[in-house]
Amino acid sequence: MEFGPHLLLASLEGATTAAVLALTAMGLSIVFGVMRVVNVAHGEFYMVGAVLAWFIATSVGAHPALGFVAALLIAPLLVGFLAAGVDRLILRHINYDPERTIVATIGTLYILQQTTLMTFGPDARPVEPPFNSRIALPWFEWGENGFEFYFPWGLSTTSYKLFVIAAAVVILITLWLAITRTKAGLVMRATQQDSDMAQAFGIPVKTVYSAVFGLGAGLAAIGAVLVVPIQQAYYLMGHDPLLLSFIVVIIGGLGSLPGTIIAAILIGMADGIISVFFTPTLAKIFATLVVAMVLVFRPKGLLGKSTS
Amino acid sequence: MSDTSKSHGLHLGLICVLALAYFVLPAYHSGNLASVMVIAIYAMGYNLLFGYTGLLSLGHALFFSAGLYGLGLMMHLADWTPLPAFAAGLIAALVVSAVIGFLILRTTGVAFMIVTLMFAQAGYLTILYFGKYTRGDEGFALQQASRQIAGYDLTDPGVRYYCALVLFSVTLLGLAYIIRAPFGRTLVAIRENEERARMLGYNVTAIKLKAVIVSGVVSGASGATYALLFGYAGATFATVQYSIFPLLWVLVGGAGTTVGPFVGALFMFYLIDYASGKTEAYLLVVGVTLVLVTLFLPHGIVGTIRTRFLRWLP
Amino acid sequence: MSKLIKPTPTLTRRTLLGTAAAAAATPLLGRYAQAQSSEPIRIGFQVHRTGIGASYGRWYDRTTTAAVKRINDMGGINGRPVEIVAEDDGTDPKRGAEVVEKFATQHNCDIGFGTLFSHVVYGSAPRAGELKLPYFVVSEGHHVASGALNRWTMQPAITDVKSQVQAMAPFVADNLGKKVTMIYPDFAFGHDHRDYFSEAIEKQGGEVVAKIAIPPSETSFTKYFPKIPRDTEVIYHVMIGPAVLTFVKEMGEFFGPSKPEIFGFLDSLEAVDINSPGLEFLEGTYFWEGHPRYAQADQSSHDKMYREAVGVDENGASVSDPKDVATYSHMFGCWETLNIVKRGMEAADYKSTADRSKLIEAIEEMSDMPLSDDHPQGAKRFNGKTHQTFGHQYISKVDSGKLVLAHTSSIEDTLYEDEVDYTTQSF
Repeated sequence: MEFGPHLLLASLEGATTAAVLALTAMGLSIVFGVMRVVNVAHGEFYMVGAVLAWFIATSVGAHPALGFVAALLIAPLLVGFLAAGVDRLILRHINYDPERTIVATIGTLYILQQTTLMTFGPDARPVEPPFNSRIALPWFEWGENGFEFYFPWGLSTTSYKLFVIAAAVVILITLWLAITRTKAGLVMRATQQDSDMAQAFGIPVKTVYSAVFGLGAGLAAIGAVLVVPIQQAYYLMGHDPLLLSFIVVIIGGLGSLPGTIIAAILIGMADGIISVFFTPTLAKIFATLVVAMVLVFRPKGLLGKSTS
Repeated sequence: MSDTSKSHGLHLGLICVLALAYFVLPAYHSGNLASVMVIAIYAMGYNLLFGYTGLLSLGHALFFSAGLYGLGLMMHLADWTPLPAFAAGLIAALVVSAVIGFLILRTTGVAFMIVTLMFAQAGYLTILYFGKYTRGDEGFALQQASRQIAGYDLTDPGVRYYCALVLFSVTLLGLAYIIRAPFGRTLVAIRENEERARMLGYNVTAIKLKAVIVSGVVSGASGATYALLFGYAGATFATVQYSIFPLLWVLVGGAGTTVGPFVGALFMFYLIDYASGKTEAYLLVVGVTLVLVTLFLPHGIVGTIRTRFLRWLP
Repeated sequence: MSKLIKPTPTLTRRTLLGTAAAAAATPLLGRYAQAQSSEPIRIGFQVHRTGIGASYGRWYDRTTTAAVKRINDMGGINGRPVEIVAEDDGTDPKRGAEVVEKFATQHNCDIGFGTLFSHVVYGSAPRAGELKLPYFVVSEGHHVASGALNRWTMQPAITDVKSQVQAMAPFVADNLGKKVTMIYPDFAFGHDHRDYFSEAIEKQGGEVVAKIAIPPSETSFTKYFPKIPRDTEVIYHVMIGPAVLTFVKEMGEFFGPSKPEIFGFLDSLEAVDINSPGLEFLEGTYFWEGHPRYAQADQSSHDKMYREAVGVDENGASVSDPKDVATYSHMFGCWETLNIVKRGMEAADYKSTADRSKLIEAIEEMSDMPLSDDHPQGAKRFNGKTHQTFGHQYISKVDSGKLVLAHTSSIEDTLYEDEVDYTTQSF
C-alpha cells in the first residue's frame, strides 16, 4: 500500500484504540486523582465488563443490537457495584495505604481472574456488533488530470469502529459536564482537593470514595463493552489495558483529567502510526522507550503540576 | 545480648537451619527449598530498593533476566563454563542497572513505578526481537553436561542445594551488613525523609543510584543462579508478572526486614503448591490470602512479628 | 539417611475422585488380581489448567481421562491399573519444572506426560532429565527433534512443527499460489513457521514475498495489513491466542470483496467455533489440521470410537455443550502417547521406577504405528534416534461453515534429516 493511505489507515486504527483507552484510563485517573491509590485490579474490572457483556448479550438473544444496548447499560453498572463492594470490604479497612492497596488489589486481580476462569471458561468469546459494515475510504492523488479521488486497495474502516470513537467522545463529554456542573461532581472535586476539609464540611468522604471507585471501574467496563464486538471477552484480557491506562495516566500528569485524554490520544495514535515506519515488534519497543523517556525528562507528565 | 548480636544470631541460625534441613527434609521439599532460596535472593535484592530505600520498582524482571540471559547466552551460544558465565551475568545486570538507574532516578513515586515497568517491557520485547539468539518466549535449555563447576555436578540435588545455600547466605549476610553500615542507614534516612537527607549534605541521587545498582546486581545474581541450577532461560522471566512477584514476596514477608523476603517467598511458594493440590482454583486461594494478609498483617509476616513482639528483629 | 524416608504419596482430591470413578465404572476389577503388584502405574500429568494454555488444558485433560479409562477397561498396563496424577503448571516454565519435580520426588510417578506449550517443555525437560523421569510431551514443538533436550524427553505421538510446515508447501504451491505473505506471531513458534515454510516453499518454486511478525498480545491488526504486497497470491497465517477472531475479522474487513487465497494453521482456531460471528470471511479458505475436527464422509471407525470415548460430537464440539469446541488438532496426542507408553511398558516388562530407562529404550525401538484404535489420528513413523514421530497432516477447506478435508499429506512429506541421536547419550 502507498504511504498516504497506509498512514490514514493506521491513524484510524489508532483513533479507535485511543477512544477505548481514553475511557479506561479516565477511570483509573479519577480513582487516582481522588483517592490517591493505584488500583492494580483496574484491568480486571475491564475484563469483567467484557465478560458480563457477553453473558448479557447471549442471554438477551434477539437482535444483536438489543443485546449490545442491554450490555452497555447493565454491565458497567454491575461492575461499578462490584468495585464499590471491593472498596467497602477491603480498601476502606486498610485506610487507602498506598502500598497495602497495591497488594490488596493484586489479590483482587487474582480473585476476579480465577472466578471468571471457573464460570466463563478459558475461551475467548465474541459479542456480535449491533451493526458493522465495511466502509471503503477514498484517497486523493495529484495525477495527470489534476486532483482526483480514488479508492485504494484495502483502505477501509467499519461503521462500528467509527461508532466506538463517537461513543467515547459523547461519554467523555458527559462525564466532563457531570464533574464540572453537578453537585455530585462538586463533592468529588472537593474530596479530591482536601479530603479532611471535605469531611469537616460534612461530605461523607467514605461514601464518595466508594462511589468514585465504582465510577472508575464502571468507565473501564464501558470501554470494555464497546471493544468487545471488535475483540473478544477473554479472562486474561485485562493485562494490557491496565498497563496502557497506567502509562496514559502518568504521562497525562497525575490527577489531570484533560492530561489523561491528551495522553490517551497521543499513545493510541502513536501505537497506530509508529507501526507504519517500523517492523511491528520494533515499533512496540520504540514506542515504549519513547514514552519512558518522556517521563524521564518530564517526570510529572505532560500536564502535571505540583507534586502531591 | 545486644540487638546486633541477636540479629547476627538470627541470620546464622537461619543459615544453620537451612544447612541441616537438607538432611531432614524429603527430597521434594529440599528441592523446593533450593528453588525458594534462589528466588529469595531476587526478593532480597528487591527489598534493598523497596524496603530500605522506599523506591517501588515494577521492572525488576529486567535485572533478573539480565543475569539470566547474561549467563544463559554465554553458556548456550559461546560455550562458556559456568563461572565466567556467572560473571557475565553479573556484569550484564550491573550495566543494565547502571544505565536504567541513571535514567529512572529522575522520577519518583508512581512515575518511578511506570518508568521501571516500561523499561522492563522494552527489555522483554527486545528479548523477543532477538529471537534468533534467545528463542524468545520458548527460551532454551542449558545442557546438564555443561552445568559443572570444578567437577561438581550442579544438577545433583545435594550440590544444587548447597550451591543455592551458599549464594543465599552470602546475599543475606552481605545485605545485612550493608544495611547496618552507614550506606544502609543513609538509605533508610532517604526513605524516611529525602529532603532532610539532602539538607544534611548527602548526594541523594548518587546514593540512590548505588542502591539501584546493588539491588539490580543481586537480582541479576538470582537470575544467573536460576539459569545455572535449573537449566532454563526464557522470556517468561522478563514479563511483568516476574516484576510483581518480588514485590509480593517482600510485602508478604515484611518490607525492610532482612529475613522477610525469604519468609515471603517461602510462604507464597507453599501457598501455591498446597492450594494447587487441593483445588483447581488455587489462584483464588492466593488472591484471598493476599487480601487477608493486607487486612490483618499490614507489615507482612516478619514486620508484624517485629512490631508486635520482637522489636530487635533486623 | 533421611533420603530413605519414602515420600508419602499424597493424593489430590481430584485424582482420588478420578480413581474412585474409574473403579466404579470398571466391573472388571478382578482382572488386576492376576498381576503380582496391583499398585497403580502413576502417570504425572502436567496440565495447563490456568494461564494462556487453559483452553487446551481442559481438552488435554478430557482426552487423557478417556484414554486412561480405555486402558484400564482393557486390563491396565502389565496387569496394573493406571492412575493419573494431575498438576497444574499455570502454563509457566518455572512452575512446570517444579511440577516435574513434584511428580518425581513427591508423587513417585512412573512418568511425566502431557505438556503442550513449548516454553513449559523447555523449562521442565532439564528437570525431568536430571531426575531421570521419562517425560512425554504433546507439544508439536521442534524442541525434541532439534536435540536441545535430553534422552528422557520424547514426543512420540504428535508431529512437530517443522514437519507440519514443510508438508504444507507442496499443496500451497500447487493449488493456491507461489507468492506467499506470511503473518505470524513474533515469538519462537512463529519464527519456526517463518523459517521452515520459507525454505519449503522455495523448494517448490515459490517465494515468500513478505514476512509480517505480529508482536505478542497485540489486539488490533488492521494497521499491519497494508504491509501485505499487492501481488500476494496466498496469505499464510498462523496466529495463536485469543486475538485470532479479531485478526480474521479485520483481515476480512481489510480485503473486502477482493481477497487472495488464504491458508492458515488451525492452531489459531483451536477451541473456537468456525461459525463464530466475524469468521464468515474464512469461507473458502484452507487450513492445516492435525486431525480433522469435523467427522468426514469417510471417517474411520477408529476416529468414530475415539470421538465417542472423549465425548466429542461430529462437529468437533463437546457432546454436552455444542459451543464448547475441542482442540481436536492436538489432543489426540494425549490419547496416542498413553497407548505408546502402554506398549512401551509392556515391551520393557516395566515393573517399577527402576525400569524407567528400559521404558525409554523400548520406545526408542519402535517405528511404524498403523492407523488403529490406539492411533485414531492416522499412521505414524517414530524415529527412535530423534525421539520424534512423523505422521499424516491434513488440509481442509472451509465449506458452508464446516472444515472439509481437501488433502492428506503423506508421512514422507514430513520427514527431514536427523538433527540428533539421543540413543548415544547415556542415561
